[in-house]
Amino acid sequence: MTDSAGWQPSASLVALRTRAQTLHTIRQFFTSRHLLEIDVPVLASHSVTDPSITAIQATVNNQTGFLQTSPEYFLKRLIAAGYGSVFYLGKAFRDQEYGRRHQPEFTMLEWYQLGFDDVQLMQQTLALMAELLPGKPQRTVSYQALFEAEFGANPHTIDDAALAQLGQARCAVSFDQADRNTWLDLLFSHCLEPKLQDVVVVCDYPASQGALARLGENPQGHRVAKRFEVFVDGLEIGNGYWELSDADELAQRFAADQELRRERGDFVPAVDPQLMAAQRHGLPDCAGIAMGVDRIIMAKLGASSLADTLAFATHFSAEP
Amino acid sequence: MATFSTNEFRGGMKVMLDGDPCSIMENEYVKPGKGQAFNRVKLRNLATGRVLERTFRSGESLEAADVVDQDMEYLYTDGEFWHFMDPATFEQHAADANAVGDSIKWLKEQDKCVVTLFNGAPLAITPPNHVELEIAETDPGLKGDTAQGGTKPATLVTGAVVKVPLFMSTGEVVKVDTRTGEYLGRAGK
Repeated sequence: MTDSAGWQPSASLVALRTRAQTLHTIRQFFTSRHLLEIDVPVLASHSVTDPSITAIQATVNNQTGFLQTSPEYFLKRLIAAGYGSVFYLGKAFRDQEYGRRHQPEFTMLEWYQLGFDDVQLMQQTLALMAELLPGKPQRTVSYQALFEAEFGANPHTIDDAALAQLGQARCAVSFDQADRNTWLDLLFSHCLEPKLQDVVVVCDYPASQGALARLGENPQGHRVAKRFEVFVDGLEIGNGYWELSDADELAQRFAADQELRRERGDFVPAVDPQLMAAQRHGLPDCAGIAMGVDRIIMAKLGASSLADTLAFATHFSAEP
Repeated sequence: MATFSTNEFRGGMKVMLDGDPCSIMENEYVKPGKGQAFNRVKLRNLATGRVLERTFRSGESLEAADVVDQDMEYLYTDGEFWHFMDPATFEQHAADANAVGDSIKWLKEQDKCVVTLFNGAPLAITPPNHVELEIAETDPGLKGDTAQGGTKPATLVTGAVVKVPLFMSTGEVVKVDTRTGEYLGRAGK
């Protein structure tokens, strides 16, 4: 794939026809629901503070810019400006991502529905998945139910020591000290995700994994993030939120991200002042989701690597 | 000693894990959309031959293992050690029973093999995939039984025992696959 002499495409013609059809189906799905497609910039002055996402930096007219890791901030500025429900279907970039299931440049679908909560957005997401993967069975399950069925423990109430013990018992890890979210991510990605066959929506994430979702309560009365994820055949496809609209809480989360990055000695991006200004102006109630389109095509084709879905796989892969 | 970070891990890379030298077989990057990235790595412990899996947080690193594969010639055994020589430098190395393991049963004196050196000392030996060895002992050959496909055990000059067709007899040279211990045929004269 990274053979510099190989000039031929990475994907077959059949795969590229599937890709073209997929993009067409997605556009039809949203335009028929009156969402406006927005072609936002890929190159911007700021990036995300998210501690697990690394933006690619670029030098532009002697200034530092960032290739966008998602169209989220631009889309939220449009929503705050009153442009209504919108979607983006185009490129996004993330550094330090490689392998069969990751590429540093990928095609992202992201959309926001005004007035929706996470439950309504889940339903809409499943309707889209039914069009993209017709006949594939679908189900919705809470993070707690999934976790309890596999580990016999409640992810919202298990104490840190017991969680660490569980992580070490179930996965052969190189470390014994880690924060709560690392253990949760480890257990989820190694023991739960591979078993999520067909189309599965997982909802009500632990409150510590809220990212930009608002917090709420689940039916059992635990504090949870109003965030959900979509999986297809053990592959993570998308991540949705009932969006946090409280600007002060958002500022606190960004500051916490920056602090974590500082502790680790990582690059600390400045908070995007234009996003913050838009949020202070007021983000209307909305729910939004980002999906990896290449992975959907991978699931349609039954392919084992993203490279099989791309006209040209990245030259910058660190795949062994 | 150099160290390798998880994003540099490649198949064949030799690293130290739990005090043993290991060879990396696979490195899979596992990353939730929001959250900690991991590298799920499959390694072969070069001292025991066992394959193990280990998950690292991306960005962690391992010390490089000073492991080299060297073409050598098997010289002789004194009963306790097996002696090998680098034909280029004439440097000799003594390997113990642990290092030669089962593989030594495929080698006779002056045969070529690969000796894996860890910090300069033999860690393991690998015979060629195919070797030709003389039968030291087997039941008498049965003439005209070529079509039956029956087999009998034969002890080779190195002590290895392989299943050979009924028509083979003592003193004949057979070709054997050392990875499976299977008889491949009569050696070409």
